[in-house]
Amino acid sequence: MSVLVNKNSKVIVQGFTGGEGTFHATQMIEYGTNVVGGVTPGKGGTKHLDKPVFNTVAEAVKTAGADTSVIFVPPPFAADAIMEAAEAGIKVIICITEGIPTKDMIAVKEYLKGRNSRLIGPNCPGVITPGEAKCGIMPGFIHRKGHIGIVSRSGTLTYEAVDQVTKAGMGQSTCIGIGGDPIPGTTTKEAVELLMNDPDTEGIIMIGEIGGSMENEAAYYVKANPRKPVVGFIAGQTAPAGRRMGHAGAIIGGADDTAAAKMKIMRECGIHVVDSPAVIGKTMAEALKKVMA
Amino acid sequence: MESTIVHNFDACHLHELVYSRCIKTKIYFMNLHEYQGKQILKSFGVSIQEGIVAETADQAVDAAKELQKQTNTPIWIVKAQVHAGGRGKAGGVKLAKTLDDVKEKAKAMIGMKLVSHQTGPHGKIVHKVLVAQDVYYPGETPTKEYYMSVLLNRALGRNMIIYSQEGGMEIEEVAAKTPERIFKEEIDPKVGLRDFQCRKIAFNLGLSGEAFKNMTKCIASLYKAYETIDASLFEINPLLKTSDNKIVAVDSKVALDDNALYRHPDYVAMRDKLEEDPTEVEAGEHELNYVKLDGNVGCMVNGAGLAMATMDIIKLSGGEPANFLDVGGTANAARVEQAFRIILKDPNVKAILVNIFGGIVRCDRVAQGIVDAYKNMGTINVPIIVRLQGTNAVEAKKIIDESGLKVHSAIQLQEAADLVQKVLK
Repeated sequence: MSVLVNKNSKVIVQGFTGGEGTFHATQMIEYGTNVVGGVTPGKGGTKHLDKPVFNTVAEAVKTAGADTSVIFVPPPFAADAIMEAAEAGIKVIICITEGIPTKDMIAVKEYLKGRNSRLIGPNCPGVITPGEAKCGIMPGFIHRKGHIGIVSRSGTLTYEAVDQVTKAGMGQSTCIGIGGDPIPGTTTKEAVELLMNDPDTEGIIMIGEIGGSMENEAAYYVKANPRKPVVGFIAGQTAPAGRRMGHAGAIIGGADDTAAAKMKIMRECGIHVVDSPAVIGKTMAEALKKVMA
Repeated sequence: MESTIVHNFDACHLHELVYSRCIKTKIYFMNLHEYQGKQILKSFGVSIQEGIVAETADQAVDAAKELQKQTNTPIWIVKAQVHAGGRGKAGGVKLAKTLDDVKEKAKAMIGMKLVSHQTGPHGKIVHKVLVAQDVYYPGETPTKEYYMSVLLNRALGRNMIIYSQEGGMEIEEVAAKTPERIFKEEIDPKVGLRDFQCRKIAFNLGLSGEAFKNMTKCIASLYKAYETIDASLFEINPLLKTSDNKIVAVDSKVALDDNALYRHPDYVAMRDKLEEDPTEVEAGEHELNYVKLDGNVGCMVNGAGLAMATMDIIKLSGGEPANFLDVGGTANAARVEQAFRIILKDPNVKAILVNIFGGIVRCDRVAQGIVDAYKNMGTINVPIIVRLQGTNAVEAKKIIDESGLKVHSAIQLQEAADLVQKVLK
């Protein structure tokens, strides 16, 4: 088991023939991901990276049985690409694109209501189930198949956590990068819930940031469903109020979305909160040992 | 009163937008001046307190004369144009009764350092003033100030209007002390803002007759402006009911969604670089995402989340972060050198921590970039700690260790933290 993507996922890449799409699709294929083709309007019927190119997502679903899509389409067209994937019946839509206007994402969120598609991202590194499917831009080699699920709003900080988990002798079930935008397709809580319900995941690492209230909602969920150890870290303990730190969603607003406030709520909900990002892996290993003992 | 009471979260988010500053290369919000926001509002049919912008005292006098011709205003308000609220208390809004008075007030204000709770202790230099008409003239009914803003409700992923009868005050203060006095109205993206919602808001604000009608029109126009120009925030405080029942925007705070600026090339020109930290502007020109802070340890990191985590590590190691700096995906020699130069402009920097997690980026290339940049720059007088992890990390450490430079190298994050602690002692 695992969540969202596995070796049976039939993956397509939207924006397949562009620079980003080509580079990362190549890496995904090399990793062993079951890439069944890609979509570039107007290039349907041709081949790219030895895989069929389709004009529309609907065609890719019909012809190749695609059920997962990774989107590398530029920001002005990305919202449309997400909607096209949902309309075609793609189950898991992973949008890597950074810089989609908020107004477009409001429309996307509304469009996805009542549809049977889950959006991950935008502005995210993607989703990986080690040894099975890499759907995104993360470096595959740092991952190892195992039983720790990771949820994160950040890219390189996720890699840091993955690397620590691997070096501590554990591996990952699925790593979900939910992205750094103000309107994410999947929230921290929803991603944690997926992993909590995954029989293959034994422990969960939740990496958050200042800004918003997603980590708090996830913490309350963990408190109500304390079935697996959860280790948490919030980046931005030293970020000054009112300054935007790279990610659009990462800025301290009022009292409840500072790192300190989030960490306090998470601790109260039974999450193993670490102050230092250097001990995420170690803390997970210790928490698991306690459960096993 | 039928509207739901605003959640604490909404007030937080509002605060977040109001206080936000742009970071170049990735400007998430582009803030506008009061006079720019008002011009936009006017173009969408919102009545505004009219004014003319001036950059010198003489221009202010000309502006006052012209404004008197246009509006018959007997007196003027001179308002500092800076990207920060709390101007009134900080001496950035003054009444002038004569043209000489306008000149004197404008002269004192232009070039002054305005320090309010929103500027931080460093304050902001005033480069422009807005000479505005008086809209608080006496008449048939008393004047009344309201608060109104349009922004995104992140939790719901839809826009909302926040409003209150407590206008002219700090809205964060109202939210903290009397949250029941703040209301919100959510907008369903399927149908947009409806007339009944505008009526509900106007009723909740206690209006009737002509003022009620004008308020509903104002709300519809305000929301249309917000949607059309891809704003992240439109805040009007105060929104004034005049003595003759007009509804007038006396102030405006507008932030645009920079991700949508490509749809609005006209507004890109409204950016005022004078409002931004010059080092941050320079960093932006080199596509480095940099924010200056007040600490003693500089840092250079790839990725925003890891950059924040690195700042946290610095603090845990006994230092204070001097900056946030995300070098992005391509950490080559030229970019690394530029990043070093920018960090070292800050005389408070006593050490630099470079933290790169190489995924697609190869660590050995980054290491070579660091060595080259270091050599190009001649002497760097502060200790540098380089932590390279990921692709080719071992080779990278070797390049650093064999370079002969005074650079400490590390692979594990904890090692880097320990080195920071060591060099600070």
